[in-house]
Amino acid sequence: MLHTVNKSPFDRSALASCLASAQPDDHILLFEDGVFAAKAGTKYESMVKEAAGKYKVYALGPDLQARGIDAIVDGVEICDYAGFVALAADNVMCPWL
Amino acid sequence: MARDRLTKIMFMCRQAPYGSVYAYEGLEVMLIFAAYEQEYAAAFVDDGVFDLKKDKDSSGIGMKEFSTTYRVMEDYGIEKVYVDGQSMKDRGLTPDDLMIPVEVVDRDTIAKVMAEQDVVLPF
Repeated sequence: MLHTVNKSPFDRSALASCLASAQPDDHILLFEDGVFAAKAGTKYESMVKEAAGKYKVYALGPDLQARGIDAIVDGVEICDYAGFVALAADNVMCPWL
Repeated sequence: MARDRLTKIMFMCRQAPYGSVYAYEGLEVMLIFAAYEQEYAAAFVDDGVFDLKKDKDSSGIGMKEFSTTYRVMEDYGIEKVYVDGQSMKDRGLTPDDLMIPVEVVDRDTIAKVMAEQDVVLPF
């Protein structure tokens, strides 16, 4: 399954809810304001690092760039739009709005 | 309501850029208001602190890059810019990460400045 999170973890509980439901081998893609979770040095860094150890966690590169985020949490992979489409085509989607 | 002094107006910016229109609209409203001579202050708290993050490049998401415009706030007479220190700490930001010089304060200070305002506009 591909979980997508597009809300800031500081503002909404979407990521926490997603992590409570994700299963091993699931993919989690952070995009739009969801990419703030991937920023290094935030209070959610350890939570996201732990998630990256259990699931495949991606952050959409253009959204990181737009928000000026250059350092990301270890284990999170940067993904482009083509990668997003490929993940969406290969998996059942679960968007956490 | 007539006053024998300038109206004190504060812009309270709490939302991150791009994910919603609040940050962009807030910036536009600040600059429009600033054409009228009143006493202005701006506070950036919660995800609003990301509005001032420097080195943004929104070319990849097809959205207008507006954040460099925050640099004109001072010239427009919005000289008091407060940023919540705890919001920055939670998000791994330091004053060096921001594109304009700001006053980093605690929430109590922001609350006190808010209490002095005639109008608080939320974004």
